[in-house]
Amino acid sequence: MTITGIAAIGAGIAVIGAGLGIGKIGESAMNAMARQPEIQGKLQTSALILAAFVEAVALFGVVASLIV
Amino acid sequence: MTLNTLRAVLFLVFSVAISNFGFATQDNDDQDKPFNAKEMIMHHVKDGHEFHIVDWNNEPITIPLPIILFTDNGLTTFMSSEFQHDDSGSQIVEKNGGRFVKYHEKIYQLNAGVDALAFNEEQHPTNASLPLDFSITKNVFMMWVSVLVLLLIFISSARKYKKTNSLVPSGIASFMEPLIIFIRDEVAIPMIGEDKYKKYMPFLLSVFFFIWINNIFGLIPILNGANVSGNIAFTLSLALFTFVITLFSGNKNYWKHIFWMPGVPVPMKIFLMPIEIIGMFVKPFSLTIRLFANITAGHIIILSLMSLVFIFKSEFIAPVSVGFSLFIMIIEIVVVAIQAYIFTVLSALYIGTATAEDNH
Repeated sequence: MTITGIAAIGAGIAVIGAGLGIGKIGESAMNAMARQPEIQGKLQTSALILAAFVEAVALFGVVASLIV
Repeated sequence: MTLNTLRAVLFLVFSVAISNFGFATQDNDDQDKPFNAKEMIMHHVKDGHEFHIVDWNNEPITIPLPIILFTDNGLTTFMSSEFQHDDSGSQIVEKNGGRFVKYHEKIYQLNAGVDALAFNEEQHPTNASLPLDFSITKNVFMMWVSVLVLLLIFISSARKYKKTNSLVPSGIASFMEPLIIFIRDEVAIPMIGEDKYKKYMPFLLSVFFFIWINNIFGLIPILNGANVSGNIAFTLSLALFTFVITLFSGNKNYWKHIFWMPGVPVPMKIFLMPIEIIGMFVKPFSLTIRLFANITAGHIIILSLMSLVFIFKSEFIAPVSVGFSLFIMIIEIVVVAIQAYIFTVLSALYIGTATAEDNH
């Protein structure tokens, strides 16, 4: 297998991690919204920001596979 | 849906259609060689020496930008139009006793007595040197445009406050005031603290609006040659500002927590010291990579969806790829604001940890 193939597999693994993370954030945000609909707006913004954090970690993987 | 949102969505659809048209005309002219999506994407994501707008009748329409080189013979300047859109290193420009070629958006100075570039196996030129390049590239150009736009917005809104003498904002100021209040009340005060936040407000506001407006300019299709905030040098220098401000505003407690962590046994103190020192440098590094990777990835996704049309060589893919890139475009509008916000929040957080008083 060439080094590009290995890099693609690495990017795929990073995407799995990010998917799990964002899914977990979404699950907890939905739970919290169902329990306390009155602070839905606040929960939504913090969920979005946390999703951006998780996404950034996945993008580190993308950058690493771009460099290879 | 109100009229304004409808208008915004229509404008978005129209701009995406225009950008598609731009790529289409650009990539149709070289029928003989197969379409290389990676090459096209990298050309759009990277910095360049001329501002490419659109191809018209196989003739590229560009804005030439000045090239400023520092060679052995001193300062050498000329316009990038003298290369006549050549990027393969075959057009030689003679200036100030040196002969220059442009190869993959880099300016090389040919060695004496050489007429063409020679390459080694890794496609690096072997008979030319790289002079110091201080050119006004398209990223620098776009950065100046956004600085100009920011100056216009903020000077005019500041003038409004001065003129009316009332606390109620009007005009553009009524749009900017909530954003500034938001940065002050949601970012600066909770992260840095009520008594110290004022000193850091100019930095936080500048960083927020500068990153945001550069991100937005990166999304506008006709300007999408410039990927300013997806340039690692740009994000690194912004992160270095945060780093230097953090270092210089660090108080006694901050340095104590780094070099001799209070409240833990001595072996643990020795163990924690290198970790804390590494952590000090990792923070600006992660700021750099986060912004760079997010913005560049957005550009790459949109361009890859567009190049699907040329990879499959079929018009029936076009609605799919335009639809998908419209969807990504809408996500990107949120992402560019969130990334500017996150950079500001993390900068404020790092400054806040450096200035916090010891209260345990």
